[in-house]
Amino acid sequence: MSGAKPQPASKISRREMLESLIGGSGLVLALAYGRPLRAAVVKQSESLATDFVPNAFLRISPAGEVTVIAKHDEMGQGIHTGLAIAICEELEQDPRQVTVIPAPADPAYGNSAYQVQVTGGSTSSWSSLEQMQQAGAVAREMLVAAAAARWGVDTSACEARDGAVHEKSGSRQLSYGELAVDASRQPVPEDVVLRERKDFRRIGKPTPRVDSADKVRGIAKFSLDQRVPDMLTAMVVRCPFFGGTLKRYDVSRAEAFPGVKAVVRVPTGIAVVAEGYWPAFRARELVEAEWDAGAGGSLDTGELRKLYHEKAKQPGMVARNDGDAIQALSNAELTVEATYELPFQAHAPMEPLSCMVILKEDGGAKIITGSQMLGADHPAVAARLGVDPSRVEFQNSLLGGGFGRRANPQSDFTIEAVEVALAAKSLGRPIKTVWNREDDLHGGWYRPMYLNAIKAGIDNGKIVAWHHRVVGQSIAKGTPFEPLMVQDGVDQLSVEGVADMPHGIPNLTVELHTISLPVPVLWWRSVGHSHTAFAKESFLDECAHAMGKDPYQVRRELLQGHPRLLRVLDLAADKAGWSKAPAPGVGRGISVHESFKGFAAHVVEASVENGRPRVHRVVVAIDCGLVVNPDQVVSQMEGAANFALSATLGSKISFSQGRVEQSNFHDFSIVRMNEAPDIEVHIVASDDEMGGIGEVGVPGVASATCSALFEASGRRIRRLPVEDQLA
Amino acid sequence: MKIDFTVNGKPHTVDVAPDTPLLWVLREHLELTGTKFGCGRALCGACTVHVDGQAVRSCAYPIEYAQASQVQTIEGLESDRIGEAVVNAWIDLDVVQCGWCQPGQCMSAAALLKANQSPDREAVDASMSGNLCRCGTYSRIRQAVDLAAKNLREGAE
Ligand code: FES
Ligand code: FES
Repeated sequence: MSGAKPQPASKISRREMLESLIGGSGLVLALAYGRPLRAAVVKQSESLATDFVPNAFLRISPAGEVTVIAKHDEMGQGIHTGLAIAICEELEQDPRQVTVIPAPADPAYGNSAYQVQVTGGSTSSWSSLEQMQQAGAVAREMLVAAAAARWGVDTSACEARDGAVHEKSGSRQLSYGELAVDASRQPVPEDVVLRERKDFRRIGKPTPRVDSADKVRGIAKFSLDQRVPDMLTAMVVRCPFFGGTLKRYDVSRAEAFPGVKAVVRVPTGIAVVAEGYWPAFRARELVEAEWDAGAGGSLDTGELRKLYHEKAKQPGMVARNDGDAIQALSNAELTVEATYELPFQAHAPMEPLSCMVILKEDGGAKIITGSQMLGADHPAVAARLGVDPSRVEFQNSLLGGGFGRRANPQSDFTIEAVEVALAAKSLGRPIKTVWNREDDLHGGWYRPMYLNAIKAGIDNGKIVAWHHRVVGQSIAKGTPFEPLMVQDGVDQLSVEGVADMPHGIPNLTVELHTISLPVPVLWWRSVGHSHTAFAKESFLDECAHAMGKDPYQVRRELLQGHPRLLRVLDLAADKAGWSKAPAPGVGRGISVHESFKGFAAHVVEASVENGRPRVHRVVVAIDCGLVVNPDQVVSQMEGAANFALSATLGSKISFSQGRVEQSNFHDFSIVRMNEAPDIEVHIVASDDEMGGIGEVGVPGVASATCSALFEASGRRIRRLPVEDQLA
Repeated sequence: MKIDFTVNGKPHTVDVAPDTPLLWVLREHLELTGTKFGCGRALCGACTVHVDGQAVRSCAYPIEYAQASQVQTIEGLESDRIGEAVVNAWIDLDVVQCGWCQPGQCMSAAALLKANQSPDREAVDASMSGNLCRCGTYSRIRQAVDLAAKNLREGAE
């Protein structure tokens, strides 16, 4: 059963999709209005006249301060540190002694994988490593040239090391700060030679995070922490039903509340603008609004589940078709069948959303925000204001979690904040629109609800047929991007992880039903893989049990010819002690999955205590190719395990009579310290192609956990979250 | 309502509605934005500060109760050796990811270590489970509490 190459119906990758959607959507995108790179950086500081600014990613002041301008947004994944390491590798500088700041909105900071300024798709490290090395190398060459000129020697007589240029044969040295002014006058080298992997001094070595101390001490500035003189705070009353409209409202009590400056109508509802959070929050409660529920008024999770199950009985759009699965199923000795369900899921970044808008006299604006997608927000704001994008300045912040919520191609919270500012323009003051947790959980843009219905045919202890139907909303549908992201009716984001499964099953059909609902949906850490991996890996476990085989060995057989998947699988099994029996009462589950060019395997140990699931231990093996900062890969795997466990065990978004049933962390239940398992992470030393990290640790957790719970209790969980299903 | 209180050893007077949560007085009036907002309902711990030595959720702590009290926030945590040990352990182990929850985690950890110099895992889990971390840094938080406790014990010898 060795690896037939997967043949998805459409071979377009997510990257190509985004590229084409960006290039062809007709929207004004970041690339349409280039400015010189230097201009992009000049906005960052006034003291630049004497700074050495070799490119958009780096500047060095005469005082010796090295500043890295980060093209990727730091939301916890450690990318500010990673970018600094890559630059410092070639710059010959201690990454612990650089300052990293978020980039402004500018095409110079476009994601090299997507050609638009966005942090997502686990692309940051692999897509920009070389670009950052180059940025550092260019600067180094210019510093060396400046020193050589100063000493009247050849550049070959000079060497850059640890923040200074040294004369090889002598004792003379000049620090980068001392060389900054001269280096600016050196020509920018056209070609630079980058160090080979084996010579790396910083890439791959454990490096402390550049942002730890400021974050721990509460000094680091997130969007919600940003303050400007005279600012006001706005909170918006939004329709409790998706797709509803405002019928009648009375704001007189809200307007009269002390501290309230204005109550204004905006497209998403009614905004209360006040002197600070508390008066805005209190006065918002006094707004009386009556809504026409519209299409979303009847949303009900029970009804949706019925609809999804009905759909799954009918043929869908074909996402992949190898051989003849129907025929093979009817001929098979043994068939296995199961249906897996996953709810809507909120990102719930720990820092609630906020966005400050300062309108300018020229019709433009300054926006202070926390965004993963300035490449969408910038042109969207310019379009809304009707000005050239050069009149709209963005100041990004550290993000208190993102998970996809802050990368909205429709710029929901950014545009809403602009609407509030415009509606309350007469106040003439900066306005920060702030969401609280209730707003966040009620606010939509969820991971879609999905159902996966799978049948397998087994002959002679081998899976010979796999028939898989996915039912769910499309993330792309209903957006301007639909024609480009949805190929032949199939949104690739709905089926990724199964339409490309590499298991060499000769008869394999994957179909998709795209459901239309008024609920706005968005990518959620690991996107389609978050549901397909749960279904695929859970079902493989069920097939293994049906065949009386070891779930680990079944995967080994199916993945022959896929060395990277096999390697992480073997490593996780080995480190978890798969060959030895677990402790009494403890069940064990295993999974292996590729996503975002990264490969991860999980072994989870769990038991059921008083009817509640209890996860004891998670062993993760990860292969992401070249590692920039090993401790941050470990950290991402640890975090991803807990993030995924929350969605496995407790968190969900559900509807009753059109309303979201959850409102805050008491009923949107995420893993707490007393439920957090021990997590062991093992990184494969790999010379293979570099891949993603941040999302790669999520997909495999749910199935491995449910397989472990099955082994512990004999009860199979096919609907997430587990909640009280084992009671 | 006029409130006189002390924050990180400095006296302050604010004039705000008495039901204003301490959190917003700290963040907006005193511009001490190290204390974070995550839920507003005492469910996540991001806003944890110490009032007269007790860890409280400042989002649900009306400012009128803070009259004449001593408040300590993350910005002042390093003024004593326990707080300093906590902050250092957090930095040493690179506990943070997004970092939003972490000042609150540190405040809770410091309160724990003030009450219990050698907390075992159960004690750590119990007293830290009111502090959510969406990034899932729990393993490192446990290690950091252990490290801070160890450093404090060794420093005291
Ligand atoms: S913001 Fe106070 S406990 Fe969450
Ligand atoms: S570090 Fe992000 S919420 Fe804890």
